[in-house]
Amino acid sequence: MIAAFIQRAIMQGIPLLFGSTGEIITEKSGHLNLGIPGIMYVGGISGVIGSFFYQHSVEQMNPVLAVLIPFGCSLLGSLLMGLIYCFLTVTLRANQNVTGLALTTFGIGVGNFFGGSLTKLSGTGATSIELTQASIYFKTTFPFADKLGWVGTIFFSYGFMVYLAVIIALVAAYVLKRTRIGLQLRAVGENPATADAAGINVNRYKYVATCAGSMIAGLGGLYYVVDYMGVWSNDGFGDRGWLAIALVIFAVWRPNVGILGSFLFGGLYIVHTYIQIPGFGIAEQELFKMLPYVVTIIVLVVTSIREKRESQPPASLGLAYFREER
Amino acid sequence: MSVAIELKDITKTFGSVVANDNVCLKVDRGEILSILGENGSGKTTLMNMIAGIYFPDHGQIFIDGEEVVIRSPKDAFRYKIGMIHQHFKLVDVFTATENIILGLEDQGKYNLKKAAQRVKEISEQYGFEIDPMKKIYEMSVSEKQTVEIIKVLYRGADILILDEPTAVLTPQETQKLFAVLRKMRDSGKAIIIITHKLHEVLSLSDKVSVLCKGKYVGTVNTAETNENQLTEMMVGKKVTLNIDRSEPKNCEKRLEVCDVSCMNREGVKLLDDVSFTAYSGEILGIAGIAGSGQRELLEAIAGLQHISEGDIYYHNPKTGTTDDLRDKTPLEIRELGVRLSFVPEDRLGMGLVGNMDIVDNMMLRSYRRGKGMFLERKKPKSLAEDIIKQLEVVTPSANTPVRRLSGGNVQKVLVGREIASSPTVLMAAYPVRGLDINSSYTIYNLLNQQKDKGVAVIFVGEDLDVLLELCDRIVVIGSGRITGIVDARTTTKEEIGLLMTKTEAYKEDKAHENA
Amino acid sequence: MKTHDKAHEPLLHIVKRSAPVWWRAWLIRVIAVVAALIFSGVISFLLTGKNPIEIYATMLDGAFGTERRIWNLFQALAMLLCVSLAVTPAFKMRFWNIGAEGQALIGGFAAAACMLKIGDALPNYLLIPLMIICSVVAGAVWAVIPAFFKAKWGTNETLFTLMMNYIAIQLVSYFVQIWAVPAGSGKIGTINPNTMAGWLPEIFGQKYLLNIIIVVALTVLMYIYLKYSKHGYEISVVGESENTARYIGINVKKVILRTMLLSGAICGIAGLLLVAGTDHSITGDTVAGRGFTAIMVSWLAKFNPIYMIVTSFIIVFLQKGAGEIATTLGLNHAFSDIITGIIIFFIIGSEFFINYSIKFREKEAQTK
Repeated sequence: MIAAFIQRAIMQGIPLLFGSTGEIITEKSGHLNLGIPGIMYVGGISGVIGSFFYQHSVEQMNPVLAVLIPFGCSLLGSLLMGLIYCFLTVTLRANQNVTGLALTTFGIGVGNFFGGSLTKLSGTGATSIELTQASIYFKTTFPFADKLGWVGTIFFSYGFMVYLAVIIALVAAYVLKRTRIGLQLRAVGENPATADAAGINVNRYKYVATCAGSMIAGLGGLYYVVDYMGVWSNDGFGDRGWLAIALVIFAVWRPNVGILGSFLFGGLYIVHTYIQIPGFGIAEQELFKMLPYVVTIIVLVVTSIREKRESQPPASLGLAYFREER
Repeated sequence: MSVAIELKDITKTFGSVVANDNVCLKVDRGEILSILGENGSGKTTLMNMIAGIYFPDHGQIFIDGEEVVIRSPKDAFRYKIGMIHQHFKLVDVFTATENIILGLEDQGKYNLKKAAQRVKEISEQYGFEIDPMKKIYEMSVSEKQTVEIIKVLYRGADILILDEPTAVLTPQETQKLFAVLRKMRDSGKAIIIITHKLHEVLSLSDKVSVLCKGKYVGTVNTAETNENQLTEMMVGKKVTLNIDRSEPKNCEKRLEVCDVSCMNREGVKLLDDVSFTAYSGEILGIAGIAGSGQRELLEAIAGLQHISEGDIYYHNPKTGTTDDLRDKTPLEIRELGVRLSFVPEDRLGMGLVGNMDIVDNMMLRSYRRGKGMFLERKKPKSLAEDIIKQLEVVTPSANTPVRRLSGGNVQKVLVGREIASSPTVLMAAYPVRGLDINSSYTIYNLLNQQKDKGVAVIFVGEDLDVLLELCDRIVVIGSGRITGIVDARTTTKEEIGLLMTKTEAYKEDKAHENA
Repeated sequence: MKTHDKAHEPLLHIVKRSAPVWWRAWLIRVIAVVAALIFSGVISFLLTGKNPIEIYATMLDGAFGTERRIWNLFQALAMLLCVSLAVTPAFKMRFWNIGAEGQALIGGFAAAACMLKIGDALPNYLLIPLMIICSVVAGAVWAVIPAFFKAKWGTNETLFTLMMNYIAIQLVSYFVQIWAVPAGSGKIGTINPNTMAGWLPEIFGQKYLLNIIIVVALTVLMYIYLKYSKHGYEISVVGESENTARYIGINVKKVILRTMLLSGAICGIAGLLLVAGTDHSITGDTVAGRGFTAIMVSWLAKFNPIYMIVTSFIIVFLQKGAGEIATTLGLNHAFSDIITGIIIFFIIGSEFFINYSIKFREKEAQTK
């Protein structure tokens, strides 16, 4: 049962992991993208749309295409969202918070609108879009997983996107910490004027980091829909986007810490179904869902009191950069 | 020895201001050249043109005898020119090594260890003491400066420009830096150092080029010159300004600053045992190189800067009582009945709110007046209109945001407001900086009027000619210490110039003061 | 000298406008709104295949079609405006309070708790004042927590207030489960449906009129507070320049705490109006994203309460209008969120053209 709990916790945590990795990369360039929740909706629905049309245009689905088409559509959808955000905040220097919130309104709108309209198009009259076929391909895991007992359940029982999320987080951590690109990206987020003086193209870094971050975050939406749920339902994704932003703080802007953090947050989300004590019911589950946010605030407060420089948000987070204003 | 860099007839103008007027300069390899000049004499502008930050309007630059065009900092690097700016460009949370390699593209594989090794080698070669893995925010100012210098050396620069490198250093750190610079010279690098400390110039450099008000005065060999000659070259001929100056009347002690010290966050003393007295009915000038503690001094008096030692006494002319202003907030000072007005250096960032209109800016000092929770805009409005009329402020209306006014008009609004509260002490920091001649005279006249009314005026200035003709006494400040207090009527520019570059403290004769 | 060629100067050069002319600013904004409407029309056309004129007509119908729709429009406008008023003093101080959602929800929850737990014990003339106090205090407390940490340790207020929203939502969800009416249903239905204890009274037979009157009064008061009170003046000075605030002896920390108390208190009132004056029920979604939309309303209006009437009207109109399109065409109601997003993108994008001007190289060369 513990193995099953860990398995569920990890699966719950994966969308958060995609979201927070994407947001960390974005924030490292100095942009607080509050549009992440919207981007994750769009990432999800774009994959669903791709899958839906593919499913309805062929008799028999090709497993590779059934995975690649939603995957590509999801990346494309979130890239477009990232570009809208970049154009407004980097090129037009609009306020990041307002732009981000508008993007979230827009993105959730897009998700729910197409979620609703596609159902209508499919003519089944159902309230949700079944993605059974594609979902099976996405969920395909190691054939030997069930032979290994609890080891198999915990480590080998997932679809490829779970491993992808962890790999992306590890790669992101490596790139940020150990490569020249990471160094320069961090410099842009910390002190764009210095980066500019060192000959770094500040705006290009901001664009690339924000768009890459959006695409990664969008995959979180895709995973949730096609792998975890296997069905689109409106507002089904809930507040996971905000939870991903909370995770960024919890992980003190480190994607590798985000991996464990996401599993922890995922566990807190579902722990109520595993705790069998009298009086612990559906109500207390709501309190458990509160825990990630409480923990995040504690982390935020403690880091600000300790003033340890490494665990602070990037210094110029939220500020637009205009060379001539130095 | 070969000529490393030569400038011929360089001219640069900003709007109507000529920052550099046909300046010529020459540095050999294996030589240290000092560039000496007062604030605003165009030293930094000139160096920025070599570093590719500004582009000259006119003139030629030669490197190793060949004419070059330097359009950007990148071009400058290509010619192996490296400039260490006064304001460091470092990322705080990065290590020294990370900052040093930031922006370098062509070093092959990214390898911090190797880079750190190289940093170590460079430090050893020239005798720097630096931990390549130390974070910038843990560093002292001198360590940060070291990082900046290594950053330039790492990129292979052999022409180094240092903009006032000693301004932020202690004497010991300065000695260390000089030792390093001499080593660099001996290894064949050309070094240009901007400074206004005469003894440093004499002890360090091989040649000195002097600029005065944007003009090239001349170059002398250090071995063949002395402090007096350099000061004369630096301050130039005395210019008569014809500012009316009345004799001080009814002088009473108004403000006594006693043994005041204060420190910055790193524990460096910004003010060191400063003592002087300001009398009513006189203008007390404060002269000094920019950044010698003038701002901190005024802010300490105004209650904006924490004082670590010493006291500031205010003698209230109405009640005859004496109050200690130490550790009081600006509000508490006002509540004591101290009528202290302050025209800060940063007009739009501190003295005024740029986005508010003139009327609302008038209220900054007085908005708390009157009962109730609402603002009273009638009086501020009439005050604004009075100031606009009397000081001839050019503005569309009293409801125009001050941000849109020109510099001179902004200053008139600020000074007008500060004078309107009929102060007993008026402090003004660089009140004529950036102003045209007419506006400057308006301000001088206002200060003189205040003096005649019996106000103790404290005037922080940079133009020695103005200080000499406007003030009654001049306090000279150097590196946070008072280096002299002189009578403005009898002193000379040279004397003040020498005091400004001194660092030894001067103690006012207490007996004389009590007389 | 070789040449003074400016080969390295980019083709486009962006300059900050020193003195934006007011009519040009408004012209640009109007153009942005019109462009957004046209763009939305095109999007609607592409998605629905209906002729754009028809779409605009449907939108107008959805907003003003019947007397009930007009009342609903004004009710929605009032609620959005109320939350927007609440966040405005904080924003004016450059304190990013994006926790209005939670502050309003907690305020509403306090009112609901009073109605549920002591609704039967007290007469309305005592109960309602008590509810007002509870809501105001609850909202203020929720807002002052992040403000305290901001003032004391500089804790990032954007992230803190954001997190507080979800704590509020989960807290309310918890109590909704515990106090479910009927028990075990997992939700609180209409509270006190028979006694109507704690329901704000109808005026002239209009359910929403009291809400609207309260918000109108709040708008006027907030306008006066920001523009004519000493507090409002201090808020502006702190927001514009903390250095100036220090210079004239304003206690910045005190102003932050006081302003957030006010901001939270008004959020509490918004929650009260939603629970006691509108829904007579509570869920975790009672505030329905208004806390976030309000930020955009306030920002787009440059923190001016009077302009906020216009900006919140635009957004509410779009929501109602686009909702009507969705209903008539059998589409999802989220359509209105898409349209709202688009129009906000256009307006925030247009600010750039108000604050900066773009100069082309050729043009500059000519002037020289």
